[in-house]
Amino acid sequence: MSKTRISRWLAEPQTRKGALITLLVIAVALFGPLLAPHGSTDMVGPVYGAPTGWALLGYDFLGHDVLSRLLSGGLSVLWMSVAAASIALAVGSTLGLLAGLSRRRLDQLITWLADVSLAFPDLILVLLIVSMLGRAPWLIVLTVSIAFIPGVIRLARASAVAVAGQEFVEAAQMMGYSRRRILFKEILPNILTPLLVHFGNMLTWGVGMLSGLSFLGYGVAPPTADWGLMINENQAGLLVQPWAVLAPAVLIGVFAYGTNILAEGIGRSSARLGEKQP
Amino acid sequence: MSKPLRTPAWLSWFIGRLGYGLLTAWVISLVVFIATQALPSDPARVILGPDAPLESILTLQHQLGLDQPILRQYLRWLGSALSGDLGVSLDSNAPVGSILWGRFGYTLALLAGVIAVVVPAALGLGVYLALRRDSHLDRWSLSLLIFLKATPGFLLAIGLVLLFSMPHMDWLPAVSILDPDQSLWRQLPFLVLPVLALSLSALPYLTRMVRAAMIDALESDYVIAARLRGIPHWRIVWRHTLPNALVPAIQGVALTLRTLIGGAVLAEVIFSYPGIGTALNAAIQMRDLPMIQAIVLVITLAVVLINLLADLLTVLLTPKLRTARRVTLISRNRRGITPWWRRSRGDA
Repeated sequence: MSKTRISRWLAEPQTRKGALITLLVIAVALFGPLLAPHGSTDMVGPVYGAPTGWALLGYDFLGHDVLSRLLSGGLSVLWMSVAAASIALAVGSTLGLLAGLSRRRLDQLITWLADVSLAFPDLILVLLIVSMLGRAPWLIVLTVSIAFIPGVIRLARASAVAVAGQEFVEAAQMMGYSRRRILFKEILPNILTPLLVHFGNMLTWGVGMLSGLSFLGYGVAPPTADWGLMINENQAGLLVQPWAVLAPAVLIGVFAYGTNILAEGIGRSSARLGEKQP
Repeated sequence: MSKPLRTPAWLSWFIGRLGYGLLTAWVISLVVFIATQALPSDPARVILGPDAPLESILTLQHQLGLDQPILRQYLRWLGSALSGDLGVSLDSNAPVGSILWGRFGYTLALLAGVIAVVVPAALGLGVYLALRRDSHLDRWSLSLLIFLKATPGFLLAIGLVLLFSMPHMDWLPAVSILDPDQSLWRQLPFLVLPVLALSLSALPYLTRMVRAAMIDALESDYVIAARLRGIPHWRIVWRHTLPNALVPAIQGVALTLRTLIGGAVLAEVIFSYPGIGTALNAAIQMRDLPMIQAIVLVITLAVVLINLLADLLTVLLTPKLRTARRVTLISRNRRGITPWWRRSRGDA
């Protein structure tokens, strides 16, 4: 990834806005636990207590300080969605490139497997695996990435085939470059942008899916602070103390929005340059 | 002399596609059955409770056929599923088929409602924004759509529940307390908020797709040719470009439905709407294996059917594909490009 490429992306205002929002939420999640006034599991106030000067967002269903839980509860959702999207990107693009650039049989097998798993709604797949095998964080990450992999395979394969058909790749082949060089120097740099856009989208879906799982009660186990879980726990007190639900919901939404805008911006700046959009 | 009877050119493609769809459904059913059955949780233990003596558990396992090899269990399950018997729910002891039938109707009503809202809205909005491309309205709508697209669906649903359970906002029921003895038609207000929540999360994708397809079509050579021939603007939009922009929208609707089935699980739980999603959530929590397997089978068949219909419509609406002897759909990624690394292997 060259420096010019990044500055080209940042020239798009949407990319800058998205990066800023995403970084802000990441900063809250990373440094929040250090700034939290109380421990995330300390019961310090009345059940569903209203906001006061001491507790800006009030208290939750067990009397925890909502602000403290909010500051400590972002890390799980963020690292899990980043990890899931990264695994899916690595495995999926490897398989996709392998499918696009290998013999017909292997290509058909991989494409067919991806098609079969795409025929299955991903949230239900994740729900099934997690509910059956338990809710260890690494297992949830692995499951979400399995749900994402088929999409990455299709995208990587389609982009690789589209790029490999272009003249500059044929020219490289005429010049007698090795397959490895063609793969890493000609094809990979040209499919990086669509894959990166997809990565941003996966972050958006991942946060939605992970917080949705926590919300249904299959995610991070209580009493750990987690934004999705907070929504679930405090739903009963929605009318008495809306902040306990609203605050984590807003942060999840803002992170999803930031990553999405970032992906949109990168995609737009490359479309403006007339790069191939598969 | 009578005209020789000719089968339509796309028929052989369709038969192949049908076989492919059935194969997909079969593979998924096999994987799901084995995965759920091989798991540590033992249905006999679930039924009899943790304190039951070992002999009675072994007896029940024998009665349920759980002591047989897993492939034989699968064949037995598949055989009875094909003849319409989906087994007995471990939780309520009622036949799974009769429980699911009612639930399925509710989810179908929900999805039908969403499609009835989203498709016209996306078409209208997409065409309108394409015609007013880069105007202020276009930009504002696009940012709003991106915002909706980014917000996780269950947050939209929770937001609606929050909004409509506030004082003075009780003109729509926030959660669905449906009376199972009355028909759904008499209880339509309960459908409004779930439909609205799912529609809002499905709208951005389709609208942006229609808009992009319309812009592509409006910039194509045949539209320029039509303009030069003096064909009126409205006719170009409605007769020349819109039909061409509709074809990608069909695949878009299929994809939307597929995501909606997943999203419906969360939405149904939030609004306590008695559909397939709440049934699946309950079945998972009760470890009700026959129920889970049946629901997953129904969902898989539904998705396979949706994809099949979408592909069929795409072929029928595209003259080039309809009359071609060998149909290849671009969406399946079998484009005619033969890449350089394969040309050397003998196929030109």
